Amino acid sequence: MESVIKTAFPFIVFSIAILLAFQGVLMIVAYTVLAERKVLGWIQGRIGPNRVGPWGVLQPFADLLKFIFKEDLVPDKSTKFVYFLAPIVALTCALLPIVVYPFGPVITTIDWSFLPYGLGDNIRQLPMTIAQIDVGVLFVLGITSVGVYGIALAGWSSNNKYSLMGGLRSSAQMISYELAMGASVIGVVMLAGTLDLNGIINAQINSPFKWFIIPQFIGFIVFLISAFAETNRVPFDLPEAETELVAGFHTEYSALKFALFFMAEYVNMFTVSVMVTVLFLGGWYVPGLGHLLEPGSVPYALVSHVAFIGKICAFLFLYIWIRGTLPRFRFDQLMNFGWKFLLPLALANVILTIIIVFFLNR
Amino acid sequence: MATTALFFVFAGLAIACAISMVYHKNPLYSAISLIGVFVSLSVLYVTLAAPFIAAVQILIYAGAIMVLVVFVIMLLNMEEDKPLNRLRYLYAIGGGLGLILLVQTFFVFYAVMRAPKQAVNTEETIGKTMSIGTAMYTEYLLPVEIVGILLLMAIIGGVILVRKLSQPQMESMVERELERRHEGEDKDDYRIAL
Repeated sequence: MESVIKTAFPFIVFSIAILLAFQGVLMIVAYTVLAERKVLGWIQGRIGPNRVGPWGVLQPFADLLKFIFKEDLVPDKSTKFVYFLAPIVALTCALLPIVVYPFGPVITTIDWSFLPYGLGDNIRQLPMTIAQIDVGVLFVLGITSVGVYGIALAGWSSNNKYSLMGGLRSSAQMISYELAMGASVIGVVMLAGTLDLNGIINAQINSPFKWFIIPQFIGFIVFLISAFAETNRVPFDLPEAETELVAGFHTEYSALKFALFFMAEYVNMFTVSVMVTVLFLGGWYVPGLGHLLEPGSVPYALVSHVAFIGKICAFLFLYIWIRGTLPRFRFDQLMNFGWKFLLPLALANVILTIIIVFFLNR
Repeated sequence: MATTALFFVFAGLAIACAISMVYHKNPLYSAISLIGVFVSLSVLYVTLAAPFIAAVQILIYAGAIMVLVVFVIMLLNMEEDKPLNRLRYLYAIGGGLGLILLVQTFFVFYAVMRAPKQAVNTEETIGKTMSIGTAMYTEYLLPVEIVGILLLMAIIGGVILVRKLSQPQMESMVERELERRHEGEDKDDYRIAL
C-alpha cells in the first residue's frame, strides 16, 4: 500500500497542478472574451452584454452552452479527417505552453514533513511551474509555430474559397512574423544567458535594470507588434477580414468546433502576453517587494503571482483597446511591414546587443 | 518505467506515421504523417534527456519546413493521382534498396549488442543548450561556418531564380554592379565569363 502511494504521489501532484493551471488559464480566457465585449461596447458608446447574471458576469458560460447545443454542420465536400483534426490541433497547440509558464516564485518556507508515509521528506521547495525545462522559450515558440497547421488545414479542408484564402493568408502572416518575433527574443536570451523562463526572470532580478524592457526596448516593440500579428488580432486580422473573406478560415465551422478555434485564439493571446511579461517585464517580479515580505514565503509568492496575472491582464487590455481604435492593414502593407521593417529592426537589435554583451563581458 | 512506456508509445507512433506517410496516395496526408513522425521523434529526444534537440526538431522541422511543404501542396491543388504503371520497374529497385537498409539496421543492432556495456551517466549534459552551443562555436566552428555559407548560397540562388530576369537584364545588372565596384577597369573579361 505504502509503495503504491509513494509511486502514485508524483502523478497525483502533477495532475492537480495541471488541472489548476489549465482551469485558471481557461477562466481568465473566458473572462477576456467578456471583457473584450464590454470594453469594445464602452469604446463604441454602447453598454455591452448585461443580461446574463449581474453586470453580465455569467455571459461566458451562456456562450459556451450555446456553442455546445448549436447544430454542428459539416460541409458535404470537405475532407472529413483533416476537417475534424484542424480545430483539435489549433487548441492543443494553444494550450500546451501552459506547462512551462512561471506562475510565481519558488516557495521554500513550507515544512512538508506533515505528509504521511514520509512523502514530504525530500521536498525542499514548491516551484509554481508545472515543468521546469531547460529550453522554455524554444518550447513555447515551437509549439505555437505548430499551431499554424490548425489554421492552414482548416482553410484547406473546408473546400471553400474564402476558407482557403483565409487559411493561406493566415499561415503566410504567421510564418513571416514568427521570424521577427524569434529575432527579437534573441536579445533577451543573450542578456539572460539562458533559455529557461524562470532563469530569464532571475537574470532580470539580478540585472541592474530589473526589467529587460529598458535595455531591450527595440526588442520589446518588435515582439509586441509581431505578437499582434501572430495571434491574428486587429490591426493584423487579415485572415478574418469580414468584408473580403466572410469569416476566413473558420467560415465553414460551426458549434463546438468553432468554439475550439475561438478559444485557441484567446489562449494564444494569453500565451503571448505571458511571453511579453516574462521576457521584458520581469514576470512575477515586483521591484522592492523583497524588502516588505520574505522571499520564498507564501505571502511573497501570492503577491508575486497576483502581480504576474495583473501584468498579463494589462496586455490583454491593450489588445482590446487596440481592437477598438485601429483600422486593419492591407495585405501587401502587412507583408512589407513584416519583412522590410520589423525583421531588419530586430536583426539590428540583435547585432547591437551582441556588441554590448561582448564589451560588458570582457 | 514511465520512460520505457513513453518510448514504446512514441516509437510505435513514429513507425506508424512513417508507414502511413509512404502509403498514402494524397500528398497532404503524407505531409501530415511526416509531421506526426517529427513530433514523435521529438518526444523520444526528450526522454533521452536532450530537450534542446527536441525543441529545435519541433521548431525547425515541424514548425517551419513542413509548413512550407503543406503550403505548396495546398497551393498546387493536386488532382487525383493516376496509377503509375510505367514506373513498375522502380518497385524492384526500391525493394532492393530497402533490403540493404534492413540488413544495415540489423548490423547496427548486432554491433551494439556486441559492444561492451558501459554505465550511462545520467548527469551528462550532452543534450543541454550550453554544451551544444559551446561545441558548435568552438570545436565544430568550421563545419558550422561552411554550412552557413552553403545556406546563404541557397538563399541567393532562390532569390535569383524567383526574380525571373531575362538574360540581357541580368547582364546589364551585373555590368552596373561591376562598374560600381571597380571603376575604370577593363570590362571585357567578365562578358566572356557570362
